[in-house]
Amino acid sequence: MTSVAERAQEIVSNYKGKEGVLIHVLQDIQGEFGYLPEEAVRVVSEELGISLAEIYGVASFYSRFYFVPRGKTIVRVCRGTACHVRGSGRVLGKLEEGLGLKSGETSPDLKFTLETVNCVGCCALAPVVVVNEKPQTVLNPDKVVATLKRSGNGGQD
Amino acid sequence: MVARISSRMMLEVLYKDLAARRAGAGCVVKVCMGNGCLAAGAEDVFHAFSLEVDRQGVEAKVIPTGCQGYCQGAPIVTIEPRSLFLNKVMAFDVAKVVDIVVKRGGELIQHFYRNPDTGTICRCAGEMPFFQHQVKIALRNLGQINPMDIEDYISIGGYLALSRALTEMTPEEVIAEVKKSGLRGRGGAGFPTGVKWESARRVKGDRKFVICNGDEGDPGAFMDASLMEGDPHAVIEGMIICAYAVGDCREGYIYVREEYPLAVKRLGIALEQAREYGFLGRNILGTGFDFDIQLKKGAGAFVCGESTTLMISIEGKRPSPRVTPPRSVEQGLWGLPTCLNNVETFANIPAIVLNGGEWYAQYGTETSKGTKAFCITGKVKNTGLIEVPMGMTLRRVVYDVGGGILEDGKFKAVQTGGPSGGCIPETHVETPVDFESLTRLGSMMGSGGMVVVDEKNCMVEFARFFLSFTQQESCGKCPPCRIGTYEMLQILDRIVAGQGQEGDIERLEELGRMIKKTSLCGLGQSAPNPVLSTICYFRAEYEAHIRNRGCPARACTTLGAYVIGPDCILCGLCRHSCPYGAVIERRDGFFIENALCKRCGTCLVVCPTGCIRVEPELQEEAVNT
Repeated sequence: MTSVAERAQEIVSNYKGKEGVLIHVLQDIQGEFGYLPEEAVRVVSEELGISLAEIYGVASFYSRFYFVPRGKTIVRVCRGTACHVRGSGRVLGKLEEGLGLKSGETSPDLKFTLETVNCVGCCALAPVVVVNEKPQTVLNPDKVVATLKRSGNGGQD
Repeated sequence: MVARISSRMMLEVLYKDLAARRAGAGCVVKVCMGNGCLAAGAEDVFHAFSLEVDRQGVEAKVIPTGCQGYCQGAPIVTIEPRSLFLNKVMAFDVAKVVDIVVKRGGELIQHFYRNPDTGTICRCAGEMPFFQHQVKIALRNLGQINPMDIEDYISIGGYLALSRALTEMTPEEVIAEVKKSGLRGRGGAGFPTGVKWESARRVKGDRKFVICNGDEGDPGAFMDASLMEGDPHAVIEGMIICAYAVGDCREGYIYVREEYPLAVKRLGIALEQAREYGFLGRNILGTGFDFDIQLKKGAGAFVCGESTTLMISIEGKRPSPRVTPPRSVEQGLWGLPTCLNNVETFANIPAIVLNGGEWYAQYGTETSKGTKAFCITGKVKNTGLIEVPMGMTLRRVVYDVGGGILEDGKFKAVQTGGPSGGCIPETHVETPVDFESLTRLGSMMGSGGMVVVDEKNCMVEFARFFLSFTQQESCGKCPPCRIGTYEMLQILDRIVAGQGQEGDIERLEELGRMIKKTSLCGLGQSAPNPVLSTICYFRAEYEAHIRNRGCPARACTTLGAYVIGPDCILCGLCRHSCPYGAVIERRDGFFIENALCKRCGTCLVVCPTGCIRVEPELQEEAVNT
């Protein structure tokens, strides 16, 4: 068995016999691998006795499950109302331009993933960009791009 | 490790002890660690304070707190016992603050809020107009306590309501008290909480559930996040009281939105502590009552905030709403009776049980009692988390609490209720904020987002923004919502792109009415609200987009004519970057040839002075081309 499958097996074993655990299992697997590898999902299907189609149905419904590997630095532009009103559309445009990625894309070298999020709850500081779970106010999108590119290790100097 | 609290007596002894210790605590530095302040760097500030207090050898306790409300001044620090309210304290300010304020008892005027109207300096939160109009019940402990320390919560009377309910009151009496308070569900629909509990109690069953809905998906709202992060124990206490009132209920769930990692973390800590102290688990406070709570994390789906969908999501299935009735109190989670309430509703419960329903009902209006937390954001001066009595007029919320419009712009509308709500224009600014009044205006209370927009925001684009959100988040189960919102969005896209046709407005209205009437769940039934309310109050803007191919707010950049204004500094960047060669250099400056311009917006982005404007298409232009 490969290491992915083994690790997936370990994760599933924590949840076996409990009710309504599929989402938890998938979240843990994603926490481990950064996305949902096919091999791991097959293990989940076998161990929990849920068909692959059903798992795909659940996982594809949610916006926070991914089927492809994602970048090391995940940049999420908040597109909540407050951020929208204060110009997050422009911020997104600048980041797309600066990183050379469209929203939802990952750079081929797996360094960056750019995506949007519907609100992170710090509306008072809009417009907000979340770099690896750390929200920050954007005053100058060009600067964010520059910092990201310079550090390449999470965008935090 | 503390021994489990196994009786009311033990809790009261502990409370007296902790409260006395709290009163004599001396200097306490409370660093706001709400989401807003964290984004502004509060974590570094907190560490800096901890280090600096040690380094300078000062007797002071540094604690993190939940959101202190005035997010505009983030990062916020409150220094007790003088209750000095300091704004914008960055990590590099800390050494100075500790030295002057904590050690020598001085003040730092530059960190105080200055009232822009009168010029007076406000040393304490209570002196600021932002706080003076507020009444805090649900948010009572935010900023007062360390959310990760259960003893801090007990020291200000936490879990006393629970002990009172369990030892002095019958479940019926608890329900009667909640009914007397007039508390209505704070998730948006406003169903009377006491009535819901009563019907949940009446349903027969030996396994019932209590669920706390923390899937606050509304963009522009963060009250529930702040509560879960800043006062998780109040939510937990409210849930335990609810379980006791409903009866035969030993299991509870808190469903938290995945985008709130901090809330998940702090709730996790709080649940662990509550178990350790014996407020959760078997035989709570020695009364023989058992109850425990599990934390469930969502995975990013707005529709999961809808109660029936949320339960299906907890079951681990692909979520989509189901037809009601049967209502959740009869057949909810796993087909068993379930009582689901919002975070804010639960946070109000301990205060109601402790102070009585009548006390709560003194606030608010005839039909909407009590207070409501709002997040006031957008183009206002004081953005933040507020709680005001129901029935306060919108004007007072926006101007007295919110401090008016940013950059002294002109107030245009306020959007309440998130993507399910509507826009209320300036002409209705005297409307009292309560469930009925907002619904009458085509909006709704919603969970409490309040986004203020000014004249620079285009209402058509704003409506399109909300609709694109609901369209994306539609689960796809029922055709009116799945297809209807898509069709509406197509029309709006067309209008915003300057390709609107006569009759589009009427088509939007017809579709909107149809979707509202025929959709399965709350998401679809309310999705057209932003569009219908903006058509109702800002019809002229829609017409301008369609007939004049122009955006009166000059916000839509894909229609109209690009014009270079007089503050051009002749840098030439626009000419350089224009992919269509539409920027032409003339002797006296630059000029955009509209026949060549494709309105791609590149020049708007590169212009360093922002002098390029989008004007409604000119009449003579039409003649020329």
